[in-house]
Amino acid sequence: MLERINKAYKQIARANQTLGRRINVMEVCGTHTVSIFRAGLRDVLPDCLKLLSGPGCPVCVTDQGYIDAVLSLSERDDIIIATYGDMIRVPGRNGSLEQKTNKGNIKIISSAQDALNLAKQMPDKKILFVAVGFETTTPATAVLANEALNEGIKNLFIFSNHKLVIPAMEALLSEKNHRIDAFLCPGHVSVIIGSDAYKPIVEKFKRPCVVSGFEPMQIIIALSEICSQLADGTPAVASLYDAAVTPQGNKTAQKITNESFDIVDGYWRGLGKIAKSTLKLKEKFSSLDAEKQLGIQFIPEEDLSGCRCGEVLCGLIDPVECGLFANSCMPDTPVGPCMVSSEGACAAWYKYARRKRQN
Amino acid sequence: MCLAVPAKIIELNGDDAIADCVGNHIQTKTTLVPEVKLGDFILIHAGFAITVLDEEEAKKTWKLLEDMDTFNKTNNKVSG
Amino acid sequence: MASGEKILLAHGGGGRLTEELIRSIILPAFDNQILSGLTDSAELQIGKSSICFTTDSYVIKPIFFNGGDIGKLAVCGTINDLAVSGAKPLAISMALIIEEGLEIQTLQKIIASAAQAAKQQNISIVCGDTKVVEAGSADKIFINTSGIGLKMPQAKLGFGQISPGDTIIVSGTIGDHGMTVMSQREGIKFESSLKSDCAAVTEICTNLVEIFGDDIKFMRDPTRGGLAAALNDIAGQTSHGVEIYEEKIPVNPTVKAAAEMLGFDILNIANEGKIIAVVSARKAQSCLDLCRSLPIGRDAAIIGTIAKNAEPLVELITAVKGRRIVQTPYGRELPRIC
Repeated sequence: MLERINKAYKQIARANQTLGRRINVMEVCGTHTVSIFRAGLRDVLPDCLKLLSGPGCPVCVTDQGYIDAVLSLSERDDIIIATYGDMIRVPGRNGSLEQKTNKGNIKIISSAQDALNLAKQMPDKKILFVAVGFETTTPATAVLANEALNEGIKNLFIFSNHKLVIPAMEALLSEKNHRIDAFLCPGHVSVIIGSDAYKPIVEKFKRPCVVSGFEPMQIIIALSEICSQLADGTPAVASLYDAAVTPQGNKTAQKITNESFDIVDGYWRGLGKIAKSTLKLKEKFSSLDAEKQLGIQFIPEEDLSGCRCGEVLCGLIDPVECGLFANSCMPDTPVGPCMVSSEGACAAWYKYARRKRQN
Repeated sequence: MCLAVPAKIIELNGDDAIADCVGNHIQTKTTLVPEVKLGDFILIHAGFAITVLDEEEAKKTWKLLEDMDTFNKTNNKVSG
Repeated sequence: MASGEKILLAHGGGGRLTEELIRSIILPAFDNQILSGLTDSAELQIGKSSICFTTDSYVIKPIFFNGGDIGKLAVCGTINDLAVSGAKPLAISMALIIEEGLEIQTLQKIIASAAQAAKQQNISIVCGDTKVVEAGSADKIFINTSGIGLKMPQAKLGFGQISPGDTIIVSGTIGDHGMTVMSQREGIKFESSLKSDCAAVTEICTNLVEIFGDDIKFMRDPTRGGLAAALNDIAGQTSHGVEIYEEKIPVNPTVKAAAEMLGFDILNIANEGKIIAVVSARKAQSCLDLCRSLPIGRDAAIIGTIAKNAEPLVELITAVKGRRIVQTPYGRELPRIC
């Protein structure tokens, strides 16, 4: 293991020399952020390589408007909210789902299938499925929608805020002054979309896109590959997660997703509007569409005054440079996405900052 | 962007399956991997199999599965 | 309080929010030195003897789980708080709050289980109380147990005894109880060979103290909040750093897989039949051998040290030789998909 880490260091050093500055690699996956944090990887890696935590998990990027809509629906006696656990602590303008659980109508589920089961078990209630997640999670919602439609289920409502990762990556790269040199690409999104999906980014922006799994050694080797490409000036798509990822991805999953969703513009917390980045159910699923059936008031403008997550996400500033950091924005009282996610850039910095000061 | 674990299909009924992940039996839908067979290794995310895995590759990739072999061999099913 | 105006589930989780609640509301109101020590048991001088006194309430859901039930848990949990304080448990009380509509047969099973757990430890349940509340006002049954024990004369335990260089031992695999209970909860139910480690730790505690005396500096049963909460408490109260090694922490593979499935950090997960012990380095191996010689401690391991010249934080050295800080958990583990 030590040998492979040393090899990685050599590549990182080479890239650092070639570029003549620090290398910034963005990992666009909440699960990568957690893996990196849990393995203490930032500590293992040399200072000349900086890992930026991108907008990579439903927790981080769900905008206040969406959460506020869910929260207002949770006030209704005829509605049961079915949500993945990730969403419970995302803050809206006036609190989070966590603060509403005393009513007993918020159910944490671990599969979209559970929402269907709830609908069948409670025919006198309306089940609102909080459908968030990236391309890995979207197909499950698609299956749910199709099954519910085929079985004639009348009390299930899907509130889709599914997001697409490639438009977000492109939006970040289109920001002036961004500092992203390469992407560590999400392993499980890539299982669905295929590693070829990153080719347009490489072609247009000339940035390495390397897919990695989640074991710490896999991540280190992926970073080594990234640095090797940067040193040689040969940005490309590479996958180091062959056990699960193919160039074409999961065609069945892609098909059911394309047949069930339309791509629309959407709001990302801290980043604002990103064109063609969000999925909404197609017309044929109108009867299941929460926005159409439940009178949802969706207010996309956000109230995150002073929040500089956008700049943190692009690698332009460090969390400490944001005025809200460690003041009004803290892990237990988060404002922007970088603190909302317990392993986001700001949350992670908050945990490390005390120790770093000692050095 | 997502949590997924490798597991082995131990029961299969249409697209409803039970998969074993080191002694945890997880209800899984196989709708997204219609080609799957009993005994296959799959990757499960949010209750759905998202891909079929090659067993050897899977064991090399996931430390969890390494543990599974030791666990099965030593019959050390529980502690406490 | 930072968390808002209402009590959240996390306030009962034994993590950051519980701490905040205790420090901002409970301690100022009850204002006494014994309570402020926030030890597992209170120590009271009665004549020449030291009596340890503790209380705990059990609201676990589901009330029956693989490896135990709320009755067994209520007895063992309170016995354990006495044992880790260096006391030989003498007697416990049991107060029941029962929801109207609970089946009598269910109550009988729970009581029988509690009786058996007490008998196994030669403890009597000497007093108690029974209340019934309207359907919906309690979740089947809540139990409070309080216990007293006689402090062993050889016991010299406390945060003040801990010094840099001391060794940290855990008596067995971690996360078993919390993951078992989690796997039977609505919304994340899955069948499993998981089994709670619910058990009394008296034998291991009294043996350690009787044989090694003041080389045993501190003991705790890492229940709610898991290893992370217990170790952070040590760091916070002693102002010493704590360093632990990921590869040395014993974990049952099934428990590990279940935690990965749900996105949990195993360090935050409750244990109900384990202890952590801070012991002097020179006796560490002997202490470990003793633990391993007992059935309940067969998987015991040395997992780390009290660090020298370090900030009062808990650091984990990971399998790839990285370092990360282990924080006091929030108080509620939520299953993730991402």
